[in-house]
Amino acid sequence: MADPRTSILDERLKGISRIIAVSGGKGGVGKSLFASTLALILAKKGFKVGLFDLDFTSPSTHTILGVGDVHPKEEKGIIPPQVHGLEYMTITYYSGNSATPLRGADVSNALIELLTIVKWGRLDYLILDMPPGIGDATLDLIRLIKRIEFLIVTSPSQLAFETVKKLASLLKGVGMPVIGVIENMKMTQSKTVRKQTEALGLVFLGEIPYDREVEGAMGRTDKLLDTAFAKKVKLSTSKILNPTVR
Amino acid sequence: MKVRLIFYDILKLGLQVGSCMHEWALAEAVISAASEAADKEGLRRVTDVRIRLGELQQVEQEVLEFALSQLKTGQLKGARFKIEKVKARLKCRACGYTWVFNEKELDESMVEAIHFVPEVAHVYIKCPQCGSPDFEVVEGRGVWLLSVRGVK
Repeated sequence: MADPRTSILDERLKGISRIIAVSGGKGGVGKSLFASTLALILAKKGFKVGLFDLDFTSPSTHTILGVGDVHPKEEKGIIPPQVHGLEYMTITYYSGNSATPLRGADVSNALIELLTIVKWGRLDYLILDMPPGIGDATLDLIRLIKRIEFLIVTSPSQLAFETVKKLASLLKGVGMPVIGVIENMKMTQSKTVRKQTEALGLVFLGEIPYDREVEGAMGRTDKLLDTAFAKKVKLSTSKILNPTVR
Repeated sequence: MKVRLIFYDILKLGLQVGSCMHEWALAEAVISAASEAADKEGLRRVTDVRIRLGELQQVEQEVLEFALSQLKTGQLKGARFKIEKVKARLKCRACGYTWVFNEKELDESMVEAIHFVPEVAHVYIKCPQCGSPDFEVVEGRGVWLLSVRGVK
């Protein structure tokens, strides 16, 4: 007995130039905010961008983007709706705002199901907002999508960086490319995370100071793109803005 | 008369699939997996493909069959697709109670959500005995490829 869904995944993703998983070892370091802002910046630059929220048990990109009453179209598969210029996919189209208690195998199944039925078409970038850590979603992406690239977000906390080390070690061990590390919510001048990142042999993409304005921009993408946070996201990712350069 | 009826049935089904139906995407996966399995077994011509459909996902069998018939090419062109349906059996992890999924107990929007992503069943279904959403789908979740047979 075989699961037929995994046979079609390369076909489903073949029109996408770059698939970037925004990951991190810990929750609360700003992965979803970073992923959403990066996707919006890339779309504003004129790229064709998809954003896929893979944090099935605690999705939040729909709140960040202020997604209203939109739903995917059913057309020989699922076509993600356009939200603020992004082709946007989230499990909340099906779960609403209710609690979605999923165990590991369920997360895996939901991920494979959505990768099977969603038809992204041609995209310059697909940004994946990952759940924290090295659980099922991360392991499945490593197993199923060989050309995925990881971008790691951390906070200045050593607790967060310890988990970055574990994530980086896993990715290195299986030969997955890491674009670099972003230090988010920075409140001091400390260079510790930069040094530790470089000691791991990874690229330090930049630091983003803690921005009080961001909370007031939830659900307002125009306001979000105007924050100091968004400007720093743009600056720190300028090197990866070319869809053909990996 | 009978020919005309069959023609209109096929046309109706075709319009259904053409206009919507995500079963098409699942059929593409089945074709791709069956073709891979045939290559692995060195089959020149596939005669039979057996598929299991779990009732939790509520896949429209007719639509899936129609999509498969439209998508089969190459060594699968002459293949017959045999579909067997399996009831969705759920088991509560909290109290151990086992029950069978019945879509009539849910409203239409819930059934539709489960149709697209069966795991959201954990949002809409609770154990009838203790009320826990922490249950296991013992069998009958979605689409499985059971076997691919043919001529070498």
